[in-house]
Amino acid sequence: MSATLERPVSGPRGRTAVRIGPVSTVLRWRQVLVPLVALVVLLLVSAVSIGRGDFPIGVTDVVRTLLGLDEGPQEFIVRQLRAPRVVVGLLVGLALGIAGALFQTFARNPLASPDTLGITVGASVGAVAAIVLSGTSSAGAVLGGFGVPIAALIGGLVTGLLLFVLAWRAGLDGYRLVLVGIALWSVGSALVDWLLTNAQIYDAAAAYVWVTGSLNARTWDQAVPLALALAVLLPLALATGRALSVLQFGDDTARGLGLRLPIAQTAVVLLAVALTAAAVSAAGPITFVALVVPQVAVRLTGGSRPPLLASGLLGAVLVVGADLVTRTVLPEALPVGILTAVIGAPYLLWLLVRGRRRSTL
Amino acid sequence: MTATADAPARSGAARTSVRTQRARRTLVLLGLVGLVLAAALASIAVGTRSLAPGEVWRALFETDPTNEAAVIVRQLRVPRTVLGLLVGAALGMSGALMQGHTRNPLGDPGLLGVTAGASLAVVLAIAVFGVASPAGYVWFAFAGALIGTVLVYAIGSAGRGGATPVTLALAGAALSALLYAIVRAFVVSDSRTLDNFRFWQVGALAGRGEEVAWQVGPFIAVGVVLALVNAPALNLLGLGEDVARGLGQRIWLARAVGLAAITLLCGAATAACGPIAFVGLVVPHVVRALTGPDHRWLVPCSALAGAALLLAADVLGRVLARPGELQVGIVLALVGAPFFIALVRRRRTMAL
Repeated sequence: MSATLERPVSGPRGRTAVRIGPVSTVLRWRQVLVPLVALVVLLLVSAVSIGRGDFPIGVTDVVRTLLGLDEGPQEFIVRQLRAPRVVVGLLVGLALGIAGALFQTFARNPLASPDTLGITVGASVGAVAAIVLSGTSSAGAVLGGFGVPIAALIGGLVTGLLLFVLAWRAGLDGYRLVLVGIALWSVGSALVDWLLTNAQIYDAAAAYVWVTGSLNARTWDQAVPLALALAVLLPLALATGRALSVLQFGDDTARGLGLRLPIAQTAVVLLAVALTAAAVSAAGPITFVALVVPQVAVRLTGGSRPPLLASGLLGAVLVVGADLVTRTVLPEALPVGILTAVIGAPYLLWLLVRGRRRSTL
Repeated sequence: MTATADAPARSGAARTSVRTQRARRTLVLLGLVGLVLAAALASIAVGTRSLAPGEVWRALFETDPTNEAAVIVRQLRVPRTVLGLLVGAALGMSGALMQGHTRNPLGDPGLLGVTAGASLAVVLAIAVFGVASPAGYVWFAFAGALIGTVLVYAIGSAGRGGATPVTLALAGAALSALLYAIVRAFVVSDSRTLDNFRFWQVGALAGRGEEVAWQVGPFIAVGVVLALVNAPALNLLGLGEDVARGLGQRIWLARAVGLAAITLLCGAATAACGPIAFVGLVVPHVVRALTGPDHRWLVPCSALAGAALLLAADVLGRVLARPGELQVGIVLALVGAPFFIALVRRRRTMAL
């Protein structure tokens, strides 16, 4: 029963067959290394991010304080002020990266993401309506009473369910999902634009910051519900990995390989919707993470589809890293959604220029 | 024996099916022309002050400058209608080309960096140069659209193997995100910029005037010609690049002509009216369901359908919110999207 790692004499590089008794699998080193490196970078960036600010704290002190080994004056700053912000950023990045990978694999389309399919825009409609209308009408006051995060959560979930229901016709089809998503996206963005043109200018400014995605003034009130939601959703999402590996070959092949298609499709879409809605409700639709991080991840790991775990971890690195830059390097505190694009986009562009030509997802 | 007896019958059946298909497509084309004319007439007649068709006709040839109907028709409604026709046709056509080139149903012409480039240029015009009128934005937006597309194409084709649909789409999405981030940085930190930009961003035909139609008209005309030239090549490219090359198509030339057409059409339309995504995204899908995937029919029919749709939405916006009006971009999405979803659900959509 000894585990053996043996390198095949001839075969693709970077792969190793692993045999443990009767079980054998192929280990692709890049698919293991990329998430590991991303995890290490994520922890490092998070610790640095908690340490930086008006009152600088060293990384070791941050770790000691978080572990409860050190109870100094910095405990309040670390635990109550800075940690929740970093935790929200980390969880949001994780959720958006995985949601993007789920949608892109399901629709077999690198442009499919919660952004292009209208779910984040639906959440924006809820949030912007709550910000803009709360002072002007009775319906708006009800909406404003919910608070922006709940309004966003409702907007995102309703749009996601609409997407699911309207695209369902004796099963889901990736192509029809994309077309319905386009329509929902255009309705949502028209509503947001219309609300913005009719708003008082200071409301419009606040709404615009929300729509960009921001981590300002996030506390444990946002972090805890998000963490609970992800504690349920993440294991379920990761469990769909096997189904996704089969789904990428097309519906007929997947059915032929014994996948129960309607169940698998429903699970993938609803999980992606729920992850997106939870993330957006906490931090706004941090642009670009769900769209591009999975594409970066697939190019780094060299697989055939966006890997779930690596996409999530890289998304978290991107959001937390972007937040660190906005807080420390820039003269003005810009919303983090701007920086995720400014950092992530050139990286994807570089990968595209350097990379080998891919004609598939 | 059976084979020889069979062959004429089969080719006969094929010939009739080709003939019925052609008749059907001609019918679609004529129907769309009729729709465009009806929408144009409605666009001239309907508004805060409605005019009867006879009144419209007289006003078109009235030379008396004090006649109220003549002033409304000739100085407000006709320029607006002409602009709507130009922009709608340009958006529909560039959408069809874009989806053909990227072979992606999410291929909205703005994806190529047109909208993002134009948005950034308009924000710079507002924030840095203090421009504050739609006519003033036109050249900025157009220059921004051109630069955005050139950048996307350069990056998308820089990798080994040149421009493929996937690299182009991803380069466009990434660069657009980058440019929008800069737009948002300006808008978030300056409320005067936000106040002007939010009205440009909606997409509207109002307040543009004759001047804007003359500014963008020539570019759209050139774009239309290039698009029609490009349509047959798109059919070959749709078979895959290897097959197209085998059939003697010069891939880079077809791509370059197509992208030039998309840039001119979508760039000019965005410069004139602000970003209107819906027409370019949705019209080609609807038209493809009617004409089939042949781009020689799809491209011109998308132009007609785009023009009719944009004008109809503009008229509806004037009727719904009388005496004010609802911007055409908003009407398009709110009214058009449910129809589109119904269409998607009702029939098998023609895959790209």
